[in-house]
Amino acid sequence: MIHVRIQYFAILREQRGQNEETLATAAATPTALYEELRARHGFTLPADRIRAAVNETFVAADAPLREGDRIVFIPPVAGG
Amino acid sequence: MFAIAAEPIDPAALQRRLADARAGACVTFEGWVRNLNEGQTVGALEYEAFVPLAESEGTKILAEARAKFDLLGAICVHRTGLLQLGDMAVWVGVTAAHRGAAFDACRYVIDEAKARLPIWKKEHYAGGTTAWINCATRGGAADAAKPQF
Repeated sequence: MIHVRIQYFAILREQRGQNEETLATAAATPTALYEELRARHGFTLPADRIRAAVNETFVAADAPLREGDRIVFIPPVAGG
Repeated sequence: MFAIAAEPIDPAALQRRLADARAGACVTFEGWVRNLNEGQTVGALEYEAFVPLAESEGTKILAEARAKFDLLGAICVHRTGLLQLGDMAVWVGVTAAHRGAAFDACRYVIDEAKARLPIWKKEHYAGGTTAWINCATRGGAADAAKPQF
């Protein structure tokens, strides 16, 4: 198990009901962690529509997660 | 310079920062909050950003524009928070010796900004419903507009 900090934005923040949390997980990748959280919190967006950032940098969906990582899941963006 | 701004954008002040004796062209783009999206009447918009990543990605977009086009200066500022109809959501300004590069670069910056910045938009509709744009998971965008209360 590793401990990671997750920050939530936009639709995920509303569906989670909080801005951030720290948790222990056995998930090895952002996609695995998202699926775990989606099952727990009922996020409506499927994993294939979510990008991930680790420590404020975009990463691949199958990038390795490490102890202490700060993770943000990025729902479809809509700037401009 | 790229920035996320929680306060109203001052386009005149930003344009003054682009002043350059070598510039023969300055192209600017202003994105405004409009009253209609996909058939629904919009009353207000809320923008939310993951600021550190938006700023690093925005800075990267401006660097790409400078590498692709013959620019002298490039600035982009994007708002966060609650915006009303007519408010400015985003401002892009670029300068170049000639207009071709300035037009092309301005278009590049706003197109990439819309596609890549971790910024989200929640529309507030007449009648009290809201929706996070591009985040619908079934039916049309209208189906995603859930009652706020």
